[in-house]
Amino acid sequence: MGIKENLEYLSQLVAIPGYEKDAAEKCAILFMDWCDKVSVDKFFNVISVKKGCNKAAKKLMITAHIDEIGFLVNSIDEKGFVGLTNVGGIDRKILLAQEVIIHGKQDITGVIGATPPHLLKAEDAGKAVKLMDLRVDTGYSGEELKKYVSIGDTVSLKSRLTIMNRQKASGKSLDNRASVACLLEILRLLRDVNHENDLIFIASTQEETNLAGIITASYALRPDAAIVIDACHGDIPDLSKDVSSTPGKGPEISIGPNLQPKLVSKLFELGKEYGIPYQKMVEAGDTGTEAWATQVSANGIPTALLSIPVRYMHTAVETVNLEDIKFTARLVAEFAKQSSEQLGELLCL
Amino acid sequence: MLIKELTELNGVSGNENDVRDYIIKKIENLCDSYRVDSIGNVIAFKRGSGSKFKVMLSAHMDEVGFIVSGHTDKGFIKFKAVGGIDDRILPGKRVVIGKQKISGVIGIKPIHQQEREEREKIIKIKNLYIDIGAESKDEAEKLAPLGEFIAFDSDFVNLGNNCIKAKALDDRVGCAVLIEALKHSYDFDLYVCFTVQEEVGLRGAQVAAYSVMPDIALIIEGTTCADVPNVEKHEYSTILGNGAALTIMDRTCYCDRELVQYLYNVAVQNNIKVQYKQTTTGGNDAGQIQRTGTGVKTASISVPCRYIHSPVSVMCRSDYEAVERLTITALHQISIDKGVLKNSIIL
Repeated sequence: MGIKENLEYLSQLVAIPGYEKDAAEKCAILFMDWCDKVSVDKFFNVISVKKGCNKAAKKLMITAHIDEIGFLVNSIDEKGFVGLTNVGGIDRKILLAQEVIIHGKQDITGVIGATPPHLLKAEDAGKAVKLMDLRVDTGYSGEELKKYVSIGDTVSLKSRLTIMNRQKASGKSLDNRASVACLLEILRLLRDVNHENDLIFIASTQEETNLAGIITASYALRPDAAIVIDACHGDIPDLSKDVSSTPGKGPEISIGPNLQPKLVSKLFELGKEYGIPYQKMVEAGDTGTEAWATQVSANGIPTALLSIPVRYMHTAVETVNLEDIKFTARLVAEFAKQSSEQLGELLCL
Repeated sequence: MLIKELTELNGVSGNENDVRDYIIKKIENLCDSYRVDSIGNVIAFKRGSGSKFKVMLSAHMDEVGFIVSGHTDKGFIKFKAVGGIDDRILPGKRVVIGKQKISGVIGIKPIHQQEREEREKIIKIKNLYIDIGAESKDEAEKLAPLGEFIAFDSDFVNLGNNCIKAKALDDRVGCAVLIEALKHSYDFDLYVCFTVQEEVGLRGAQVAAYSVMPDIALIIEGTTCADVPNVEKHEYSTILGNGAALTIMDRTCYCDRELVQYLYNVAVQNNIKVQYKQTTTGGNDAGQIQRTGTGVKTASISVPCRYIHSPVSVMCRSDYEAVERLTITALHQISIDKGVLKNSIIL
């Protein structure tokens, strides 16, 4: 499958933080085509190892989280209206008239309704609705619905992947399935490459809540270096240049205390050498990604961060340029091809 | 299913072509004649078997949507609402633009980058934009020229055991009922009017009603249904699952009291679930038709639709069936009762 087909499949998987088991198992099957060993650990991280040919190989971890923002059911009333609590950061303003899927004993489609505008109280006009005031309408009565749905069931945004003008894809969970698709593309590029280092690909979990997946995996695997691939903000009219990157112009490579400078410089160098476009992003502290955790896990893991520009992050219409997935994969693949000695040198400050 | 096919068409007010073409195909063999008038209404005529009085059935083909009003240097589309749309529902929704059905999304600044006060405030439509993947003003203008119509992108989905979710249920449900009604024969002359531009001011109906000048008009609609949490019971307007809704009064029309009572009785006598619309909110073509020429006896029969004017309107199949049955049963009953009706105020 190509990047587009992979992304289409991956975006339809459901992986609410803490409940990634099903998605992880499906994801693992995709990695089995390319790796020597694939396993799912107790946090549902998908760990895929592609062995290097050098006995003194360094271990390079390449990660992208598979979890997505979503909800849990917190109430069901007698008329069948379902209340929600959020898992991960969700903008309530996108939820009115949004379709969702409740993952109960079976999947139940519902819509989040809006109070008709003429019934809004004067003091509420102009104000964003609160999550606690929103309800999902499934068309079932309370009694019927309770046969299928219980408190605590997960709820995901419903959105198919649509291809727009200029190879741009729009859908749900492209933060961070775009990067998971990128992992698969890296593997495709390295299929016939005799690389020295052991490459450990991780489709990690619970990033949207507390980075629990990558923290535990980092301790378990103790890699020598880490490359984190995540989504960053694509440029839109209401974001300034210093917090967003342009889709189609390659991955954002972050610079700052969270990232190991020699790894970062190497990525710049490889980008120039192979003519792969990239963009620079300055982060003064926490990058808000798994890099923040990997850097200080176990004995410390030198980390670099590449991010794929995604517009309208954490909505059901996240938008990504497929070209950027390709550019990111090419750059990381070139990085992964380095000899163990070259990588070892980079790791000495 | 008619409603599925009808709601999958786009017909934003002023651009009802696709809906009109579809309807003409469905009705051309069901009527004696039809015509498309100057504003775009479809008026189908079915000659009565006896009486010469005229009954008009009316439903509007158009739906709320948007129109392209500008392009930014970076290739984003600025847009205006066509018809009444709640700004609050727009961020993060999908749309399709023009005949080519160019895919677009209504963007929003990501939550990560919003200031605290931004998080709490709704965004006005004038500050929103559509992303179609264009990267320059030129490209955007080519793909989505000024004045191009924009519709919600939302498919037809079954909800629960008895409900459906779709866009444009207001008023494709009415169009579906009208098509069904044309499959029957009546004693009187029937004019079935599929109107345009209801959502921008009942424009089409004004022209259609004047040319028909009926004795009785029945308007078949999708109407508001607010039986949802956080709404007081007396503000429910209609209740999902409680059957066909008869309007007594709304913002545009004071329905004919005898005709409404007549319809109510027909429903009860035929075991058709019926309810009164309990609030005076909203309005429809009845307002315009009632005051046409020397005046028309008018009533509205509606399917309750939750979240109306949004991409995710919800209705109950049994309510639709009640509206269809009540409409057709009432037309047959009017044929039977014509003698009595002529002696009353109704005819």
